[in-house]
Amino acid sequence: MILAKIVGTVVATRKDERLVSNKLLVARPMDPRGKAEGSYLVAVDTVDAGIGETVLIVSGSSARMASGMKDCPVDAAIVGIIDHIEVPEPVETAAAERSR
Amino acid sequence: MQLARVVGEVVATIKDPNLSGITMLVVQPIAASGEDTGRALVALDSIGAGVGEHVFFVRGREAAFPFYPAEPPADATVIGIVDHWSVG
Repeated sequence: MILAKIVGTVVATRKDERLVSNKLLVARPMDPRGKAEGSYLVAVDTVDAGIGETVLIVSGSSARMASGMKDCPVDAAIVGIIDHIEVPEPVETAAAERSR
Repeated sequence: MQLARVVGEVVATIKDPNLSGITMLVVQPIAASGEDTGRALVALDSIGAGVGEHVFFVRGREAAFPFYPAEPPADATVIGIVDHWSVG
């Protein structure tokens, strides 16, 4: 799964009928420290996420296992809203900062 | 499967019901030399790994299999803690 920040919404009137009544959001993947990386993607929202929130996105065929997505043509689904990410400072970085 | 280092944990209260009770880890893939390679990602934990440990994880649809018969929406799951490895 990847971490991403929600940056927008997508509206499509003509679409696959199995996508009807699903919310589509534009997400920008980010690294665990919050830095944006890679290109934007469109993901189906299954947890009622909103713009500005950090979310968890499941990709590939596993996206169809998100709740309500069985047999839907999706390859990216938002399956969680992140409360916080705990990434302890690498030891060498902390030591390097102290020596400065 | 891929070698990785566990670098953190992710906490989410609002999530897919099939993910409840499962630990989510931030893993950084590593090369056989031990150096970081590629982007860090979030993987489910099926074996009780923790931050700082070397692990291997499976990607794709198979990432849900360790939790059978549950079917969490997962595309990466840590399935082993590496004691040591060596290359030729």
